[in-house]
Amino acid sequence: MRAQNRTIKGVDWFTVLLYLFMVGFGWVNIYAVNTDPDTLVFFDYSKEYTKQIVWIGVSFVTIGVIMLTDSKFFVEFSYVFYAITTFLLILVIFIGVEINAAKAWFQIGGMRFQPVELAKVATALAVARVMCRFQFSFYNISDILRLGTLIFLPILIIIIQNDTGSGIVLLALFIAFFREGLSPYVFVFGFVAIAVFILTMIIPNHSIILILSVAFILMVLFNRFRKEALIMTAISVVFFGVGAAIFKTAGGGVNYDVALLIAMAASSIFLAIKALLRRLPKLGVLLIFFWGTVAFTYSTDYVFEEMLGEYQRNRILVMLGLKDDPLGVGYNVNQSKIAIGSGGLLGKGFLQGTQTKFNFVPEQSTDFIFCTVGEEWGFLGTSIVVLLFVILLLRLIFLAERQHSDFSRIYGYGVASIFFFHVAVNIGMTIGLAPVIGIPLPFFSYGGSSLWGFTILLFIFLKLDTNRTQLLR
Amino acid sequence: MGNSNRAIIIGLFFGMIGLIFIIRLFVLQIVDPSYKFSAESNTQRKITEFPTRGLIYDRNGKLLVSNQPVYDLMIVPREVVPFDTVDFCNALNITRSELDRLFEEVRFNLQRRRISSFRPSVFYKQLPAEQYAILQEKLYKFKGFFVQRRTVRKYEYPNAAHVLGYVAEVGETLLQSDPYYSLGDYTGISGIERTYETFLRGQKGARYVMVDVHGREMGSLRGGRMDTSAVAGSDVALTLDIELQAYGEKIMQNKIGSIVAIEPSTGEILALVSSPSYDPSLLVGRQRSRNFPILSSDTLSPLLNRAIMSGYPPGSTFKVLMALVGLQENVLSPTTRYPCHQGYTARGIHVRCRPHASPISLVPSIAVSCNTFYCHVFRNVLDNPIHGSPQEGLEQFRNYLLNFGLGTRLGSDFFNENRGFVPTRGYYDRIYNGRWGSLTVLSLGIGQGEILTTPIQMANMTAAIANRGHYFTPHVIKEIENDTIPSRFKVPHHTGIDSVHFGPVIDGMEESVWSDVGATARIARIPGISISGKTGTAQNPHGENHSIFVAFAPKDDPKIAIAVYVENAGYGSTYAAPIASLMVEKYLNRAIHSSRGWIETRMMNANFINESTE
Repeated sequence: MRAQNRTIKGVDWFTVLLYLFMVGFGWVNIYAVNTDPDTLVFFDYSKEYTKQIVWIGVSFVTIGVIMLTDSKFFVEFSYVFYAITTFLLILVIFIGVEINAAKAWFQIGGMRFQPVELAKVATALAVARVMCRFQFSFYNISDILRLGTLIFLPILIIIIQNDTGSGIVLLALFIAFFREGLSPYVFVFGFVAIAVFILTMIIPNHSIILILSVAFILMVLFNRFRKEALIMTAISVVFFGVGAAIFKTAGGGVNYDVALLIAMAASSIFLAIKALLRRLPKLGVLLIFFWGTVAFTYSTDYVFEEMLGEYQRNRILVMLGLKDDPLGVGYNVNQSKIAIGSGGLLGKGFLQGTQTKFNFVPEQSTDFIFCTVGEEWGFLGTSIVVLLFVILLLRLIFLAERQHSDFSRIYGYGVASIFFFHVAVNIGMTIGLAPVIGIPLPFFSYGGSSLWGFTILLFIFLKLDTNRTQLLR
Repeated sequence: MGNSNRAIIIGLFFGMIGLIFIIRLFVLQIVDPSYKFSAESNTQRKITEFPTRGLIYDRNGKLLVSNQPVYDLMIVPREVVPFDTVDFCNALNITRSELDRLFEEVRFNLQRRRISSFRPSVFYKQLPAEQYAILQEKLYKFKGFFVQRRTVRKYEYPNAAHVLGYVAEVGETLLQSDPYYSLGDYTGISGIERTYETFLRGQKGARYVMVDVHGREMGSLRGGRMDTSAVAGSDVALTLDIELQAYGEKIMQNKIGSIVAIEPSTGEILALVSSPSYDPSLLVGRQRSRNFPILSSDTLSPLLNRAIMSGYPPGSTFKVLMALVGLQENVLSPTTRYPCHQGYTARGIHVRCRPHASPISLVPSIAVSCNTFYCHVFRNVLDNPIHGSPQEGLEQFRNYLLNFGLGTRLGSDFFNENRGFVPTRGYYDRIYNGRWGSLTVLSLGIGQGEILTTPIQMANMTAAIANRGHYFTPHVIKEIENDTIPSRFKVPHHTGIDSVHFGPVIDGMEESVWSDVGATARIARIPGISISGKTGTAQNPHGENHSIFVAFAPKDDPKIAIAVYVENAGYGSTYAAPIASLMVEKYLNRAIHSSRGWIETRMMNANFINESTE
């Protein structure tokens, strides 16, 4: 097979067409945001849509370069690529320019470039490289450490840049890990941790402990330890009653936290003895899980109340939708919903939107570009865009599954995971279903480096896909 | 769980999120009517609710500054349709060419992207209430226009302009640095309005309403959930006594100069007059743009607050300070006597003095303002062997002056205080190439030469003397609603002079008014009030000397300390002293004794402005 042949042959044209359509439609919306129907100038060289055209051109050239590169190159150089982007991530902290409080941009002439876009590609490649090794296992400590470092090192650096939103994106790679055999309990545990984290902010600690205690006893019950569960309940109630009574007689008010903890400690001791005597490791795991979450509750509470400032606390509360902020972040979401809602079924038509121009909606061309789609193209437009993204994601899964080499498959899932996270959070945020995290909508949002980064991310996979029947290592 | 099953799970998960989004979009865009208003029929509008600024009272609870409503005519350029311009001009009471100019401005700002054609911006500022009444009836004919109410200042007295300062639109710098402000907001530019801006301004609110094509409000947006109401600014009370202030301004008419009166026990400023002044109402509303250039180009600088900005040599008023330093430094005692034969002569330098009895001791030296005596004291302070050198002596001497608040910003609530000038050792080293002695800088000892002090500094110095050793930072803020005044106004500053030394100096000040022989300020005598003071004359190389008087009263329980400056009025005794005494009398007795009516008349009628401008 000759090199030129491989360049185009076997490319998944379906995905390429999806890509072209999205980039084109994205540009149309950026054009709409930047055009005032009052002063109709058809083309203005200083506008965002002109710059975006330049970046689209750059992306097309890059696609050519990727297609001409040997697939093996991406496997071989994945670590080098990772090292270079990590270096760039650190470098930008020192020589980058600050935009929206995040020091995450290189400025070269009039163009700005965000190295985090390349870091996503590099991390996905490096992760695929680590995991495609023959002996890789999620139950091997050194493998887990290696994989964890690959993911959390860039996240840490990006958080130092104060661009937390972009950092969180890399956590999406856990979806790829799930496909490769990561235990679903990791996700259950993660979900519980997030739930507890949010709960600590909205309800008092003793209520959380109560919920956890009930859940604990129920878990004991459903693991077919009916008798133990009943005895535990009895011990807990008695000790709680005694504890509360002591507090009452001591004169002060009842400290429910402490009373509950005493009650649960008593029943836990009972359970621990039972587990040791009857050799029941399952009960031990449950015990560790319960006290782990209790400890997590208190540490979260401590960090939140004692270590964070008022401003940071509010910011988190607003982001989680636990606090109204009609003039800050909440205002953005409200404006965004109004813009999308005003589109109706068919939208107001191209360039006819009023809500998404001139600062009604902030960041209209970048993070909130979906509002323009909603306002000018209506439900028809938005549902088609959502559908196209879902189709793209499913197509990527399909392509990933048909790879013969593990590297290509894992990378394919990495690409799908990153795209999914961006789409879910970005669109979710504009319609009030996700917290406001400023990350772009792939192919739609204005911004050269994000378009370029997403293009590279996608087309490296499409290139690998042309060699799907070969074993790349 | 097989890995291909996991691929299906992931696929289902992606599809499920997509489905949730589409359902949500369906609800937002099609089912829920609250988001549904199209550009043609309804638009939302954010109406800023401007808070009323806090009111300002004087120390006796008299209202000084309140608010009056004006109406800004707003425009949403995109919504404007052709209209009857004649009707419009009549409603606004403007000419056709003015209207054209206003529209030209809108077009210009639109091109520069300063304003948006979709959002309201100010078309015509500060329509008075009467004109608004006329316009309101016709407003429905003019699509794209609506009226926004706001308040501007209303001044109850034509006085105290320099203290109050004025309010105007925020400038570019503040707009950039403080996110609270947006284009067209008002802010305090000077005086109290500026210093206490954060208290006075209150908190802006916002109302989101839906409006139809005619610009009529169709109710609040989303049930008013996003609305915030404006919070009125905090009221403040000043330490000024507006009657005294007004009296001071009246007596200073046709003169250039300042009066600063302070309550020694608290540092509260009772009156702060800078003349010429202006009526603060001139800088309110539409007439502001006409009056401001007139005031700022006036050769007499009525906008300049001379009481805190102008530095003058303190002249003979400085001798009281000289005496205190001498006593504290132990180079002078109340019984020290020096001979004076109409002047001080040493090594070719001669300082003249007026004829009086000789030798002379401390108390009468203040009363007759003897130059010779203070040349001796000054040289003894600088040449005191314990300092090692006159240069070190000067530094020591300078420290005393700084402790009295001279040569430094006092830290009052005026942001633009002048620090004055007290020369340092380095300053003279540069001038005299390091070779100088106490004789070289002798004129300092009698308050002439390089030293410059401001009227507020001199009033404060007098208050420190009245208090026998300490002062409170002079200030005009007395109370802030729901807050406390800055704590720095509550802390006494000690001058470093022991209180025993003030006795003879204060006696001297008393003698300078009441002594039978040679009292320099006999004209300041007020029946029944033990006023003590010191005259001074600031040398003025450009014309007639400036007349200065500092005083406090009553002697044993001082209620008022005052410094009066009258530019180009000659000796301190001729104008500054009688004006100061009238102010003290007015404050303590609330009326002028009939026997002194002629002084009042003469002071009111005195005119030094023509002389100075020639």
